[in-house]
Amino acid sequence: MDQVSLKIHKGSFTAVIGSNGSGKSTLAKNINALLLPTSGAVYIKGMDTRVMEYLWDIRQSAGMVFQNPDNQLVSSVVEDDVAFGPENLGVEPLEIRRRVDEALKSVNMYDERKSGPHLLSGGQKQRIAIAGVVAMRPDVIIFDEPTAMLDPKGRKEVMTIIKTLNSEGITVVLITHFMDEASLADYIYIMDKGKVALKGSPGEVFSRVEEIRSYDLDVPLAVMVAEGLREKGIDVPTHIVTVKEMVDYLCQ
Amino acid sequence: MSIKVENLTHIYAEGLPHQQVAIEDISFEIEDGSFVGIIGHTGSGKSTLVQHLPGLLKPNSGSIIIDGEDITKKEGSLTEIRRKTGLVFQYPEYQLFEETVAKDVAFGPLNLGVSMEEAERRVGEALKQVGMDVKLVGDVSPFELSGGEKRRVAIAGVMAMEPEVLILDEPTAGLDPKGHHDILELVEKIHKAKGGITILVSHNMADIVNYADKVLVIEKGKLVMEGTPLEIFKREDELIKMDLDIPPAAELIRTLRERGLKIKGNPMSVKEAVSAIYEAIKP
Amino acid sequence: MIRDITLGQYFPGESGIHRLDPRVKIVMALTYIVALFLVKDFWGFFFAVLVLSIIIKASGVPLKFIIRGLKPIFIIIIFTFTVNMFMIGGEVLWQWKFLHITREGLFIAVFMAIRLILLIIGSSLLTLTTKPIHLTDGIESLLKPLTVFKVPAHELAMMMTIALRFIPTLLEETDKIMKAQMARGADFESGNVIRRAKSLIPLLVPLFISAFRIAQDLAMAMEARCYRGGKHRTRMNAIRIRKGDYVAVFLLILFVVIIVAEPSIKGLLV
Repeated sequence: MDQVSLKIHKGSFTAVIGSNGSGKSTLAKNINALLLPTSGAVYIKGMDTRVMEYLWDIRQSAGMVFQNPDNQLVSSVVEDDVAFGPENLGVEPLEIRRRVDEALKSVNMYDERKSGPHLLSGGQKQRIAIAGVVAMRPDVIIFDEPTAMLDPKGRKEVMTIIKTLNSEGITVVLITHFMDEASLADYIYIMDKGKVALKGSPGEVFSRVEEIRSYDLDVPLAVMVAEGLREKGIDVPTHIVTVKEMVDYLCQ
Repeated sequence: MSIKVENLTHIYAEGLPHQQVAIEDISFEIEDGSFVGIIGHTGSGKSTLVQHLPGLLKPNSGSIIIDGEDITKKEGSLTEIRRKTGLVFQYPEYQLFEETVAKDVAFGPLNLGVSMEEAERRVGEALKQVGMDVKLVGDVSPFELSGGEKRRVAIAGVMAMEPEVLILDEPTAGLDPKGHHDILELVEKIHKAKGGITILVSHNMADIVNYADKVLVIEKGKLVMEGTPLEIFKREDELIKMDLDIPPAAELIRTLRERGLKIKGNPMSVKEAVSAIYEAIKP
Repeated sequence: MIRDITLGQYFPGESGIHRLDPRVKIVMALTYIVALFLVKDFWGFFFAVLVLSIIIKASGVPLKFIIRGLKPIFIIIIFTFTVNMFMIGGEVLWQWKFLHITREGLFIAVFMAIRLILLIIGSSLLTLTTKPIHLTDGIESLLKPLTVFKVPAHELAMMMTIALRFIPTLLEETDKIMKAQMARGADFESGNVIRRAKSLIPLLVPLFISAFRIAQDLAMAMEARCYRGGKHRTRMNAIRIRKGDYVAVFLLILFVVIIVAEPSIKGLLV
């Protein structure tokens, strides 16, 4: 990463896109002090990640969900895995129980609480990982390509949960290379070779189709369709980036 | 080259309390030159099905006839069958193990017992097919390559066996858009160049529409649909009922129709969708 | 195949045995194993089998399931049985060239086989009726006094938890890599010892790399969830001694007394 500056507002949904090796995962790990900047600084709720005494507060406030659904679950029982975070924070046993149940319900996995992770699908495992973070009561959750290894069904499940959490007030940072996921965000950063190459609302970013393709990225379906229609002489407004917006526009 | 599968059934842990019917009574035929797409949920049995073709799993009943020979009846070594039918597993880069790229790609051919010179020729050839140059990467450790490159080396490792049937189990899983596109273009190029049969297991319906000429739909261990991509995706209500995707462009058209827009035909690709929408809304 | 191994697995249930404090169960299993070595004659084994049967019945774990767990170690049992049968001198019952079976050999072979089988069933009953997480909690709690001597009780327990969690993952990985290499013509089954050992390289190298990758990912995920060792840590389900546990301890003491006193009891009766 090189000279990256960005600001993420409380309660927002920010997507960071880039091809492999663009530095987007490094950025994610810098947010909750899993990595520390060589130069520059990262502040979470005003806390500098380089200051050791803030470390555990930062990691509690900024939870992280990783790419591989298998390799981030610690325990062979679902509910014990969700309890892992609050246990590390020294929360009282009865309170942990309450948080675990609540977190499992929020990802629709309460019925599987006694199950073993190896019996679950990728999407279900990823929801358990999310519950494990939710149970720590974070302000922001950083999702580092949470759907990259999932099938379409799992991908939908996880994206629905992410949207719901965001609507409940959790700040979301989503690292992804799926454009249709990114188009759901309020704000998008496109990374290329360690730098922020483009930023803005989905409408602003995705209107620059050629630039996006030059960073080895796809554009969302709605943008491709809009582009095709414009070539045929129909003046589709550039702010249309999601399928829903496209449908609303065509059926007005 | 042809594949004929008849009444194939595979049961895991038969007779034990956790026995599980993975695939049941599956029959189909694949002609020479076909590019077949297999779709279905994770756990639907599609991976179990394709592992039978090179004889990695033995069916509980049923037969697999490859080029006129029933491989389930064959006694002794399965080497010739495994040469004929190459299977690229999901995340194949995780099976790389040799010190150099060239040695890793040579592993398959050497197991077949070909000469050193022949193995070398095949390594060069296979790497070329996946868009790499043996002179540049041959002596490099496979672990120093990028994710996309590793995957291409792993595919070359199967290509070097010179299979007549090439099966790829979700070859683009976990790759970024460019890696995804590159691998599929490569697979198509290989299919056109070598002929024979290519089988692509995928969740990505857009890819199936773009590349396959025949589609098998597996659901809960059974073959539930078989046909050309158009024939399959026309039955979108059934697919959606099974919780399977339809190509994104077809899904957009479906939503537009639900909202009352009159669109003709069955557009599957983005290009077709654009034309169809244009016809429906043009002033 | 690999999936069928039941040794070390947990069999979910709500029986009295399942509900016992894991510490009590660990002590019980250890005592039972030691007791097996104190047994001097078949009457002692008869009693040990009786007790084990009662516990199995009470646990609700199907006998079939337990016996299947013996399969992987069947070879070891056969091996020790054969060695004992042929190697021990005494009154010869049967002879063929240099091979001979003696009365004493046969006796010891049967004796040792029973001991081995009971030992395995006894200890697998512990893992079958105790959730892995409780097992490690129990070990951590039992080892706690030893932290004075710098025994890393929490770390050991955490390592066990993780090992148990990742055994299924690694088995799956092994199965997959093996099949992938077989698809490339690898042969894991034929040839002499050296050839076979060499043929394992294409399996072991990727497996080690996978294990390292898992370890790295997991360490990162644990750190992100504020893991910093045993300090400050609380537990959702703290383990507690209950009434049933006192009963179990009492019965355990009774068992030990009977096993130790068995030769003299028999002396009194005869």
